[in-house]
Amino acid sequence: MINFNILVTVCLVYVVALFAVAFWAERRARSGRAKWLRSPLIYTLSLSVYCTAWTFYGAVGYAARTGLEYLTIYLGPTLVLVGWWWLLRKLVRIGRTQHITSIADLISSRYGKSNVLGVIVTLMAVIGTTPYITLQLQSVTLSFSVFASTAEGGWRLPDMNSTALWVAAGLALFTILFGTRNLDANERHHGVVTAIAVEAVVKLVALIAVGVFVVWGVSGGIGAMAQDIAESPIADAQFRPGRWVGLTALSAAAILTLPRMFQVLVVENADERHVETASWAFPLYLCLISLFVVPIAVTGLATQPATANPDLFVLTVPLSMDQQGLATLAFLGGFSSATSMVIVASIALATMVSNHIVMPLWLHWQNQEGAMVSGDVRKLLLRSRRLSIGGVLVLGYLYFRLTGGSEALASIGLISFTGVAQVLPAMIGGIFWRGATKRGALVGLLVGSLVWAYTLFLPSFGPGGILSESIMVNGPWGLEWLRPQSMFGVGGLDPLVHAMFWSLTLNTFGFLFVSLLGFPSPMERLQGAQFVNVFEHSTSAQGWAQSRAEAEDLLMMTQRILGAEDAQALFLQAANEQGKKGYLPDITPGFLERLERQISGSVGAATAHAMIGQIVGRTAVSVGDLMAVADETAQMMETSNQLKAKSDELTRTARQLREANEKLTELSIQKDAFLSQISHELRTPMTSIRAFSEILMEDEMLNAEDAQKYSSIINEEAIRLTRLLDDLLDLSVLENAQISLTEQDGNLGDLIDQAVATTSTLPSGDRLGIRRDKLSEDIDLHTDTDRLTQVFINLIANAQKYCDAEEPVLSIRLRKTGGRVAVDFTDNGSGIPTKSQSIIFEKFARLSDGNAAGGAGLGLAICREIMTKLGGDITYLPGQGGASFRVTLPPIPMRQRR
Amino acid sequence: MKPSHRPLFVARRNYRRRRMRDGARLLPIFGLFLIMLPPLQQWSEQEPRLGGQLVYLFLVWLFLILGAFFFTRQIGVEEDTPEPDEDDGA
Repeated sequence: MINFNILVTVCLVYVVALFAVAFWAERRARSGRAKWLRSPLIYTLSLSVYCTAWTFYGAVGYAARTGLEYLTIYLGPTLVLVGWWWLLRKLVRIGRTQHITSIADLISSRYGKSNVLGVIVTLMAVIGTTPYITLQLQSVTLSFSVFASTAEGGWRLPDMNSTALWVAAGLALFTILFGTRNLDANERHHGVVTAIAVEAVVKLVALIAVGVFVVWGVSGGIGAMAQDIAESPIADAQFRPGRWVGLTALSAAAILTLPRMFQVLVVENADERHVETASWAFPLYLCLISLFVVPIAVTGLATQPATANPDLFVLTVPLSMDQQGLATLAFLGGFSSATSMVIVASIALATMVSNHIVMPLWLHWQNQEGAMVSGDVRKLLLRSRRLSIGGVLVLGYLYFRLTGGSEALASIGLISFTGVAQVLPAMIGGIFWRGATKRGALVGLLVGSLVWAYTLFLPSFGPGGILSESIMVNGPWGLEWLRPQSMFGVGGLDPLVHAMFWSLTLNTFGFLFVSLLGFPSPMERLQGAQFVNVFEHSTSAQGWAQSRAEAEDLLMMTQRILGAEDAQALFLQAANEQGKKGYLPDITPGFLERLERQISGSVGAATAHAMIGQIVGRTAVSVGDLMAVADETAQMMETSNQLKAKSDELTRTARQLREANEKLTELSIQKDAFLSQISHELRTPMTSIRAFSEILMEDEMLNAEDAQKYSSIINEEAIRLTRLLDDLLDLSVLENAQISLTEQDGNLGDLIDQAVATTSTLPSGDRLGIRRDKLSEDIDLHTDTDRLTQVFINLIANAQKYCDAEEPVLSIRLRKTGGRVAVDFTDNGSGIPTKSQSIIFEKFARLSDGNAAGGAGLGLAICREIMTKLGGDITYLPGQGGASFRVTLPPIPMRQRR
Repeated sequence: MKPSHRPLFVARRNYRRRRMRDGARLLPIFGLFLIMLPPLQQWSEQEPRLGGQLVYLFLVWLFLILGAFFFTRQIGVEEDTPEPDEDDGA
């Protein structure tokens, strides 16, 4: 017999294999070689999280008790998938254009980015999903106990509770490791999805293997099996038309509204076309997985003792026939179903909880402290997501302890389905009906949830549980028409169908009536138009009025959420599209909208809106804006489009001209200043040279010591003049392209060493502290190393001269972006004012007046010329807390060592 | 109302495409009808019909899978073209 240790070992090996698969997929995805990871096959297989342990084990039990009714659970989703052209296509398109992170985010975003709705959907999801997670834990522990009880030697299952605890802890670890790698919902969890796909295959193979064994191994072929089925007690099971219709509808709703299904169906979708494949491939998967359910149930009923739990036939049938290997495979299948469900569900719930509950609370506190947006939001978000995953699993485990893994749990699957299905009216209404309003959705959701809790969830704790027996029989306060299981005197229905009927009906009516009577806010109307007409105008609506927000503040905030590189890339691109140079685009409404979308991919729509609102100040949307953008009367005629394109171009040109003009004005002032500066610079040494040489010429009485002193002064001044002229010459040579580069091999670290050594000998060179990461600097280069060093020296010397911090520190950091290496020189001074950032690379540009620094304002201009000649670039990086320069090294002949 | 500059009649190819979309829309409705049949059936004989119903439902299933496969192939070809006749929205 298989003993406990072997079983645990099999489990562990399986889990390690899953880790390996997830890790490998994550690696592949990171290195960009993950084409097939985003294939429709993986997408389809990942949808199989629909088939949990409840369906893996429970379907057979269900079939044994009620005949064909189990099929409804799979036929409902089949209809939805087959009808993808109606609904799924639109849902996925909306999910992608609006950067939706969860079903709560979808509802919140549709109804004017309302966080109240987000919170309600999140709470419903948590209440509906927790028992479901418990069910998975229970099924794993139960399947362990099956092996324990059938063991001949009789090994006792160690403790059910501790088994469940270990399973929960392992799942939490896996989910945290692979589910919270990246923040943006638009970056897929490749590791998780691939692992789920593998699990999908395992459970399908396991169930089919048991089925094949039962049909050809036990019964003796298809004909014999048909005979067995006809003779089985299952054949007497009567159809219950109410439940047949109700359950089909319910499971069809569930595949859209279950948080975990929304996660794999919409959020993890990498390509809209995958839906097409899934529309026939996923029904095929469901068909295959339910193919052998009836044969297994029939065989189980025929061969197992009457007391056996039909839910476990998948395990007990092979075990009783002494098929250890098959039983272990079946066990792994059940284990797969349980783990994949828990992993995806906890990721989905954690996203909702952290985006709709933790972040808004945190923002609220931040506001009270008067801080705008401070602290590292990215870390906070990841941490809150990790904690939420742990929290969800702890909840599941606690519920398990509370109910003691009772039999009543078996029915919880459908109760959960009904609970989460309450989102359906708001969801369908929201994407097909412009008139749906936030209040309508709110009322519908609340009414539906309350009715669901009253008629189904609370009674599920059993008579005398939470609702007393007298309430169940006579209604509260003796009001018979309020009896939980026959509301308004509608009796004789199955309790589940009854609850489903009333909760969804009242939900829908509430939603429709309140929507009809109310008037939506502008933001709701905007979002409504965006969602309903997602195929017509994919351009974004503008929710932001012209504002006075500072680009630099926005960049700082975005860096904290998206990370420095992504944020800088986003701003750079936006600025380029506007025809501007550098990292700070004009804050147009269009740009704000785009930024908000991007951020909402990480923190959800409502939070993103609030965060930008903090910086921008107001979020006014006038009715005029509405008319212009989203109203259906806004005619999108060809001519007006062309006009708009032209005017856009004009705006762009005007902006460029304005910028050029500002630059020219500034330069002209600079040039005047420089001319007087340079005459001064030339004149001062000249004057002293003349004066002292006159003394030397005229004064016969001069002693040798004085003569020595005067001539050395003359010499020093001459050197100073020469240096100035050298700089000027250097620049003009560079600019006229007469320079020949002497390329050679070198090491970046060595070059920086050399630059640091050179600058430390300069006056005030010891004042500046330098922070470096020498390991990352170990990069081989082939370029004109002397010129590159010159650039580094210049930047370090600049920091020495101009950094105004008490204890100036310069940090030199390497960044690799898009196959190129960039070196960032960032000091901790007060930085360069936004106004001046555009001219510092021009000749003669000097920001501090006076001669304190003693340069002629040519250093950065020379640097830029050199970098351009070398094929690299040098730019100013705003928003880094000090002056910061990014030197992008020339790309091609460069290999990292090792 | 949108300005109606769409042609009243379209070329044969476009006509086929639109009918394919209609087909894709109708498929789940037809499927629903087929799935809802068994509970409505009242057979006079006493003999249990579970086996027959099981086979029937799996055949319906297969039909839906093949139907979906067929329609996605037909529609998928021209996915990139804009959808001027997307006036349904529902």
